[in-house]
Amino acid sequence: MARAVTSKRKIINTAAAWTVGLLIFFPILWTILTSFKTEATAIADPPVFIGFEWTLANYATVLERSDYARFLWNSIIIAGGSTILGILVAVPAAWSMAFVPSKHTKDILLWMLSTKMLPAVGVLYPIYLIFIKLGLLDSRTGLVIVLMLMNLPIIVWMLYTYFREIPGEILEAARMDGASLKEEILYVLTPMAVPGIASTLLLNFILAWNEAFWTLNLTAAKAAPLTAFIASYSSPEGLFYAKLSAASTMAIVPILILGWFSQKQLVSGLTFGAVK
Amino acid sequence: MSQIKSLYAATAISALSATGAFAETTVTIATVNNGDMIRMQGLASEFEAQHPDIKLEWVTLEENVLRQRVTQDVAAKGGQFDVMTIGTYEVPIWGQQGWLVSLNDMSDEWDADDLLPAIRDGLTVDGELYAAPFYGESSMVMYRKDLMEKAGLEMPEAPTWEFIQEAAAAMTDKENEIYGICLRGKAGWGENMAFLTAMANSFGARWFDENWQPELNGPEWTEAVNFYMDLMQNYGPPGASTNGFNENLSLFQQGKCGMWIDATVAASFVTNPDDSTVADQVGFALAPDNGLGPRGNWLWAWSLAVPAGSDATEEAKSFIEWATSKEYTAMVAEKEGWANVPPGTRTSLYENAEYQEAAPFAEMTLSSINAADPKNPSVKPVPYTGVQFVAIPEFAGIATQVGQEISAALAGQQTVEEALEKAQALTLDEIEAAGY
Repeated sequence: MARAVTSKRKIINTAAAWTVGLLIFFPILWTILTSFKTEATAIADPPVFIGFEWTLANYATVLERSDYARFLWNSIIIAGGSTILGILVAVPAAWSMAFVPSKHTKDILLWMLSTKMLPAVGVLYPIYLIFIKLGLLDSRTGLVIVLMLMNLPIIVWMLYTYFREIPGEILEAARMDGASLKEEILYVLTPMAVPGIASTLLLNFILAWNEAFWTLNLTAAKAAPLTAFIASYSSPEGLFYAKLSAASTMAIVPILILGWFSQKQLVSGLTFGAVK
Repeated sequence: MSQIKSLYAATAISALSATGAFAETTVTIATVNNGDMIRMQGLASEFEAQHPDIKLEWVTLEENVLRQRVTQDVAAKGGQFDVMTIGTYEVPIWGQQGWLVSLNDMSDEWDADDLLPAIRDGLTVDGELYAAPFYGESSMVMYRKDLMEKAGLEMPEAPTWEFIQEAAAAMTDKENEIYGICLRGKAGWGENMAFLTAMANSFGARWFDENWQPELNGPEWTEAVNFYMDLMQNYGPPGASTNGFNENLSLFQQGKCGMWIDATVAASFVTNPDDSTVADQVGFALAPDNGLGPRGNWLWAWSLAVPAGSDATEEAKSFIEWATSKEYTAMVAEKEGWANVPPGTRTSLYENAEYQEAAPFAEMTLSSINAADPKNPSVKPVPYTGVQFVAIPEFAGIATQVGQEISAALAGQQTVEEALEKAQALTLDEIEAAGY
């Protein structure tokens, strides 16, 4: 009896999970399908789902018109650079908060998070002016710094949660054995926190890859990443939905592949410490 | 030894390429994603071949993103762009602010006198030409000849609003999803308000009287908006309050609209058999009027300008001269055919017999542009410049809010009178706060 209930529940759960999953994935699927349609089929009403003449013409046009490799390379540098820099700053910060907490640690954590509560556009102009002064406009360096700062609160929070799960006694033991602070973080803490750090890295990389406010506002020709590549195919006067979809597909495929291969780490990392 | 030699060689080569890079000036061009601009981008290698010392970099953005992006840069003097693609709304405001470089010193061959007077006027502030028009557009009626015939009507070359209403009623066949008229309903100063402001001009309405008092709840606006509402609610497609240019283009191409009043640039889309199912059935007419003088059409010119913060002013100017010259037109004609030439900027183009033959909509475009007067858009005098807009910095914000009120009325959330009362109040607030 009990078993019957469990299997029934399992079926319902599975069905619910699939429904939610497909609902979330549908817009992406639709984008990918549209990228293989002609512009006329792309706007057909009622919409055509699968039964249309597949074409690669949109991809050919997009590749001919834009230097995809350059945008891709900028995306990799900006997302990768900001992630690595963020981890370098966040690991020591999270270490001190998790293992040497002070009276104000909680306040600091909350205060860090509060920087995410301001809409980005509120600081656009000051940052733009600072960038002009420092000569950082349209440079990958500038974007690496800005995106790192934007994502830093999230990285610190995630790492802090993971580090808290690691018993402080182990670090203490290492200290008793004469490990310096650097050695303690590098050789004792880091190896134990690898799953947590890995999922933080991945999540941060995805966030930085998809970031479309700063990357559009602070770049022109040189440092523009894939978000600018997509934006260049959007048009209020003229139907370019199929080409726009092709550009979007080309922009999300790399990150989709990365996410697919690392889903195990991502899921285990994100749910780590969730159940106590 | 050979290692040292190759090291020398490598150093020499890198030194050479370094000096090369120094001599080369980069001109960064911000532009929008539409057919004529993309074509220019494709042909720009010709310019680079003629000017080996100039390298062109392109930033293509969606119109609204571009507008925000270049405004921010020009206001902060960021110097990110050397050539900006801007419209007739921005040029007078930016010119006045001193944000643009004057183009009065373009060469004689470029021939500024050949520019269409209405377009040139819209880009000139105090005698200084601040932008060179790349292509001009107005709005007109596009209609289905077959449906018009079936309805037993004939479209005059210059229809009245009354005729449009009659034709819309006769063509509508909701059971077969054919709607007599498709018009913009999506909120935005460049969406429904561009259409409505131009339409209101032909009803004798104006945004402001000579003392900058808004007139949105006056009898003229009320009549115009009620007329629009009546057309849309009885003969328009369902869900029209979210339809912009692209949505209407899509409906028209699928054969669901009897008439569509919108940008002249759409003519080449709806007559293109690759995308349009009604390509061979499209006729054109001037935008409607109400017998008061002005017609309900707008005037816009995508133009190229040099921001004051550019560090490559001369190079940027020489690019603009190339892209907006008669020679460029001839080159496009030779490579891609006369129908693909950027329209609406030069008198000489409309005197060209080959162009008249290749572009059936040429005559209509020219008459529409000539019919618009940015200095005197309505019946009564106005204190502003602009046909479908008011060239003051506050207008984009005001008109977008007004557009939201009218769009809400179209969606049935409030009456026209309520919408216009709110529009009047918010416009008055904003304009007083701005000190007009």
